[in-house]
Amino acid sequence: MTGPAAMTAPAPPADDGRAGLRRDAQRERAFFLSLSLPALVLVGLCAMLPILWILRQSVLTLRGEFTLANWEKLLSSSLTWKSVWTTVELSGATLVLCMALGIPLALALASAPQKLANRLLILVMLPLWTSILVRTYGWLVLLRRDGLVNQALTGTGIASEPLALVYNFTGTLIGMVHFMLPLFVLPVYAAMRDIDGNAIRAAASMGASLPRTLATVVLPLAAGGIRSGAMIVFIYTLGFFITPAVLGGGQVSPVAIRIEKVMSTFQDWGQASALGVLLLILVAMAAAMLAAARRLAGRKGRTHA
Amino acid sequence: MTPIPITLDALRKTYGDYVALDDVSLAIRPGEFLTLLGPSGSGKTTLLMALAGFVRPEAGRILIGGRDVTRLAPNRRDIGIVFQNYALFPHMDVLANVEYPLRLRKVSRRQARERAMAALARVKLDAFAGRDISQLSGGQRQRVALARAIVFEPRIMLMDEPLSALDKNLREHMQLEIRRLHDDLGITTIYVTHDQREALTMSDRIAVMKDGCIRQIDAPQDIYSRPGSGFVAEFMGEANILAGGDCATLDGTALSSAATLMIRAENLHLDARTCGTDGLRLEGRLAGKAYRGENWLLQVALASGKEVMLSIPAAAAAGCETLAPGDPVAAFAARRHAHPIPAPEAA
Amino acid sequence: MLDAFDARGFRAGLWIYAGAVLAFLILPTLIVIPISFSASDLLEFPPRDFSLRWYETFFGSPTWMAALRTSLILGLLTAALAVPAALLACISMDRLGGRTAKALGGYVLAPSVIPGILLAIGLFFVLARLRLVGTLGGVLIGHVVLAIPVAVIVLRPAVARFDWGQVMAARSLGAGWARALVQILLPQMSFTLMTAALMAFLTSLDEAVISIFVSSGQNATLPKLMFLSLRDQIDPTIAAISTLWSVLVIGIVLIVNARRKA
Repeated sequence: MTGPAAMTAPAPPADDGRAGLRRDAQRERAFFLSLSLPALVLVGLCAMLPILWILRQSVLTLRGEFTLANWEKLLSSSLTWKSVWTTVELSGATLVLCMALGIPLALALASAPQKLANRLLILVMLPLWTSILVRTYGWLVLLRRDGLVNQALTGTGIASEPLALVYNFTGTLIGMVHFMLPLFVLPVYAAMRDIDGNAIRAAASMGASLPRTLATVVLPLAAGGIRSGAMIVFIYTLGFFITPAVLGGGQVSPVAIRIEKVMSTFQDWGQASALGVLLLILVAMAAAMLAAARRLAGRKGRTHA
Repeated sequence: MTPIPITLDALRKTYGDYVALDDVSLAIRPGEFLTLLGPSGSGKTTLLMALAGFVRPEAGRILIGGRDVTRLAPNRRDIGIVFQNYALFPHMDVLANVEYPLRLRKVSRRQARERAMAALARVKLDAFAGRDISQLSGGQRQRVALARAIVFEPRIMLMDEPLSALDKNLREHMQLEIRRLHDDLGITTIYVTHDQREALTMSDRIAVMKDGCIRQIDAPQDIYSRPGSGFVAEFMGEANILAGGDCATLDGTALSSAATLMIRAENLHLDARTCGTDGLRLEGRLAGKAYRGENWLLQVALASGKEVMLSIPAAAAAGCETLAPGDPVAAFAARRHAHPIPAPEAA
Repeated sequence: MLDAFDARGFRAGLWIYAGAVLAFLILPTLIVIPISFSASDLLEFPPRDFSLRWYETFFGSPTWMAALRTSLILGLLTAALAVPAALLACISMDRLGGRTAKALGGYVLAPSVIPGILLAIGLFFVLARLRLVGTLGGVLIGHVVLAIPVAVIVLRPAVARFDWGQVMAARSLGAGWARALVQILLPQMSFTLMTAALMAFLTSLDEAVISIFVSSGQNATLPKLMFLSLRDQIDPTIAAISTLWSVLVIGIVLIVNARRKA
């Protein structure tokens, strides 16, 4: 009995020590996780639950039975497809105009001294800080038949008679571009500010002209900012409601407006929900497209490297 | 207050595949000033933070004065800590910072003030009690951090590279001052640094760490002149690690070629007389030299291709100025300065 | 940035273009100011006579005043609920780190990428089931959920930048977690918390879509009432409200900016 027993090493320190330490670590994690609880519950109840509700209701009848009728009605209606097309058209046109107006503005700001740029940025942010209804109202005043813009156009002889600038697609588009432009410019400006001035000086020293430097150095380096700007534009504009509702004057019907109409005029919650799901799909598709663009850009960057 | 001992028993901590503490055991004597010394990533700060309670070990035990505190929260351990960047509270003035631990312990307002002022007086900052932290210099902040860590009379003091942000002169001054404070208070102190000179200056004992293990723990003189391994030898100062075959003895007895010897740069001389008859001789050619004010550094390439470093005090460096690369050089060391170490580690 | 090139013509052109774009951005906000002081019923520009009648109309109207009160109360309550929730979530994410923090962050920020109209009708359906449509509480939770991402975006970098060594120090000195957070973290975050609260307040004040669907009658918000009157008939009362609104918001932003620099 003495041999093997005496040779055995003393038992390792009781294993409950390890288990206890592990339990302590888990308890600490649980404590930190619990700090998120109020936000998790609020977001869950007020954002996730409503979205799930829409998903569920899109396949229910008024009595709560399962049905595909909502979707059949929706997908067979030409109004649906027209509103989807209007939505895509508005978002696409807004993005194109934001790029056309925003990229040169960002470039000018990025090339200005920091102090001046900060002052001018306040002007860019100003619309962001004013209510969307204030801005929409401002555009109504400006774009009316006898508004300031038409006065200027006819006064200078550019147009012989007042143009219809509001209560139509044009007015909606102007309002949306105006809403999105600051949100688009900010990330593009940030990306351009981050460009190392020596990279541009290097391009110049190698003999690149200004346009060539812009095309081959500045824009590629700012591409990340432009992509995030585009993402923001899509996310906002696909679901835009206020601007088309006021500046569209009933003539412009993107999906968001269509949802409201189906809700208020027909009280058809099932179909409104299905439209909502459709809108969600549109947003997801836009996000997937931009993610693919980013991956593609990343791969291209690598092959060049 | 009687000083208390600390015992670490097979403390283990990993981050994924990275082993920060590899079953570290350590016995710290009551009232001792122990320094954890090692390169970055050696686990010394992890060990300190485990003692403080901020790093949770996976296994092992920590005993403070015989009591198991392994699972005790940091705020119940009664340990004074001086952090690397001081971690003073910028929204409180100096006095409020020092009173803070006392107020947490429900000490009356009047008593807290008295004790905080006494702690500030101990670090010679009682005239600065009403200042804002932002008005203090780096050295003054350091003193406030010290005062705050001792004011509640903790049984243990931990310091995590507390002097690394200070400039050289102030750092050397503070080293002595912290050591004096320790001697006055007799608190068991564990001090983390990567500066071997600081460790040698301040410590009762030094524990040299590498890869989550304690490689050697000894008094400063022992660890410097009698390192237990090539790593410790080189980490503690300029060390020449030689094979027996690199040296010849002055009295003609042969050295085993299998032996490995460590000779400190300052123990190699150009003058054979400094080491008497019982000495070693190395021969080679000058590879490079540098003047450093108090001494000359000479790099000498031996026949084996190995390079050794000599540190020649300026007073004894008559010939150094004229030496040119390629010149033959003979260096001498006393036998007692050639410390045998285990053969270099495979890793 | 373009100093390497001697392209004066290009730069001049760029700045003229940029100036025009800036004018486009600020024009709609500025135009309402003179109109709000017009004496006429028409939206004429420039106004022929000036008066304060539209301001009198606004402040004299019980409907507008009720909406103003509703909006201010909602804004305050939104800030009071969203900012603490966001702060706790930010601390939680900062301390947990890694994949958990990423997942939490994505979840908490999600309401900012869901189209407002979907939140609005979804909330309407849920509240309809609970018979809470038209109550202040219904709009409030809608605004809180929109304000949480805004507050998180403001607070998260500040929490990440905070010197957590101070909290460790407080713990080593004897403070428990809660006490260390309240006594050490909170006082030093006061400015960021104020900013987050203002942003949350403004988010609620400016929110229109959820209000349009979920609020009604006594609890209609200012933006909802503005929306309805823009659709029905436009008179310069809205210009007066818009002017007051812009002055208020820009004043707040400028004060915050000045204090940040100080």
